[in-house]
Amino acid sequence: MSRDMKKKRVLIAKPGLDGHDRGAKIIARALRDDGFEVIYTGIRQTPGEIASVAIQEDVAVIGLSSLSGGHMRLFTAVIDELKRMSAEDIPVLGGGIIPDEDIPPLKNAGIAAIFGPGTPISDILEAFHKACEK
Amino acid sequence: MQKHPKQKEWEENELKKSLSRSPERKERFLNHGGQEITRLALPQVMDDDYIHNLGFPGQYPFTRGVQPTMYRGRLWTMRQYAGFSTAAESNKRYRYLLDQGTTGLSIAFDLPTQIGYDSDDPMSMGEVGKVGVTIDSLADMETLFHEIPLDKVSTSMTINSPAAVLLAMYVAVAEKQGVAAEQLRGTIQNDVLKEYVARGTYIFPPTPSLRLITNIFQWCSDHMPAFNTISVSGYHIREAGSTAVQEVAFTLANACVYIQSALEAGLEIDTFAGRLAFFFNASSDLLEEVAKFRAARRLWARIMKERFGAKKPASQMLRFHTQTAGNTLTAQQIDNNIVRVTLQALSAVLGGTQSLHTNSRDEALTLPTEDSVRIALRTQQIIAHESGVVNTIDPLAGSYYIESLTDRIEEQAQALIKKIDELGGVIACIEQGFIQQEIEDASYNYQKEVESGDRIVVGVNAFQMKEDRTTPLLRVDPAVEQEQVKNLSRLKKDRDSRAVQSSLDQLKRAAQGSDNLMPFILEAVKTYATLGEICNILREIFGEYRDRR
Repeated sequence: MSRDMKKKRVLIAKPGLDGHDRGAKIIARALRDDGFEVIYTGIRQTPGEIASVAIQEDVAVIGLSSLSGGHMRLFTAVIDELKRMSAEDIPVLGGGIIPDEDIPPLKNAGIAAIFGPGTPISDILEAFHKACEK
Repeated sequence: MQKHPKQKEWEENELKKSLSRSPERKERFLNHGGQEITRLALPQVMDDDYIHNLGFPGQYPFTRGVQPTMYRGRLWTMRQYAGFSTAAESNKRYRYLLDQGTTGLSIAFDLPTQIGYDSDDPMSMGEVGKVGVTIDSLADMETLFHEIPLDKVSTSMTINSPAAVLLAMYVAVAEKQGVAAEQLRGTIQNDVLKEYVARGTYIFPPTPSLRLITNIFQWCSDHMPAFNTISVSGYHIREAGSTAVQEVAFTLANACVYIQSALEAGLEIDTFAGRLAFFFNASSDLLEEVAKFRAARRLWARIMKERFGAKKPASQMLRFHTQTAGNTLTAQQIDNNIVRVTLQALSAVLGGTQSLHTNSRDEALTLPTEDSVRIALRTQQIIAHESGVVNTIDPLAGSYYIESLTDRIEEQAQALIKKIDELGGVIACIEQGFIQQEIEDASYNYQKEVESGDRIVVGVNAFQMKEDRTTPLLRVDPAVEQEQVKNLSRLKKDRDSRAVQSSLDQLKRAAQGSDNLMPFILEAVKTYATLGEICNILREIFGEYRDRR
């Protein structure tokens, strides 16, 4: 692998109360299979907890997953928490059941990329690699 | 040809009794050419193997269905799961569905409600009213069922950890409508074990959760004899990525735990087992799904008879609700989902379901619009009234493939249940992560097949096209959260706070002891104590479950 894999530690997190973690677990496992070191928070994390873990564990990227429709409030709250903790340089990716029209405002709020249902895993891995290189 | 004595016996007992209680929908079922459609096709030669493994509908081991006339007698209940935003909004949707011919209600609660948080709890941020209706107190429940006569509709509530609280609110609303608890029909999901492995809305650890469930069984035996006290659910296990065999095995293994804990609490098997219901997924492999439903029915009947010594046929019958598989819906070319749902719904009907929810085409994007929900309901109505599959019982029986697959699913599920027992039972398996790992492996393997193109998903990894996604979507207004929080604070000011406090104190003492908690919860909800207040008392005494990773 020619990529720079020094910074390959990433966080997969589920903000809010949503228990649908099939997607988050698949992404976590695919990232591990691809050589990343993955920390998965488990379900029901607050935005503050996610930001703290990201900082403590010194991760290169955060991947958020939500299927409950709470992404607008919850994803942006994670960005706000990172800013509050002066860690806004950690890129944040998001995935889940997210309507197309929500993507521009989420990107404006600072989410680097959004992946909806049916996205090939290879695209998501690619985005994590890219984000790590930043 | 001579009739087999067992056939005569069935005709003279189960069938005759059923027909005299309620006749079939038509006097004669005819095809387009005017020929009579047979009620129950049977093999030319009925050997012991047939009698032992298939038998007759409405008779042990119920492979061919739980009622002697199946859909010739009564169609399944068309029950569309719905709920979003506020109680008032959801009430409107329910009344629309009832107007459109839905025959039972199915309430979706939002996540804060399902996890026992009020809408003003910091944990509820962003989730209020999103995946279901938000309920803070009896006041919301009164709005939810406004002008819906609870003596006429049956209501299914997808509520688990705080099921006792929502059930108590339902009873209290009925009382205000002048409907006695004995008259209430419906189901509460009340299946916490699958929450730990698949669905995630747990609150308390397993032991106190089982106490609450057993308390409900007991209380309903005395007060709500027509209500299903649990719906043991494989649906979410399958959605989390399990195989068909795992879905059957984990669900029936969980059901055994509930039965065992009720027996240990002193209940007699035949007094409560008849009110256990099940809930399965109808996924895309049509023939495998039909075999799965038949296998689950037979395996459960055998477990109930052989392991638990249940004598009443009602205790041995696996009655189930089905929902089509949400995870198979695609965000691409969403109208294709209508076809997927049709095939899945057909498998549920060919498998003998008692009630059915059909998903809407737009649910990979968001909550369904009214138009999408109507198409989903129409799909069921077309299967029921046009396809003809309802006119003869268990039409796929006797197919070499279906029967061999039914046998194989039963055997493999039985082997997996045995393995769980050997590993120390369901709760030990959850604590060790065995069940979670099994599901996760199956889910990952499936995804890899999709990634590699071995498994085709139309519109996703084959037959793609550029599309302009401008379908109108249903959105829950973010203002709903603020509105609900405002209403809650008004309620807290207006209610008799001394009565609330005293009912909560009594509940706390009862929770510390070993009394049945239902009467205390019922008292508390009637004072307008909130769901969050009641659950917080229980959290204090029972503790909270944390997933170990």
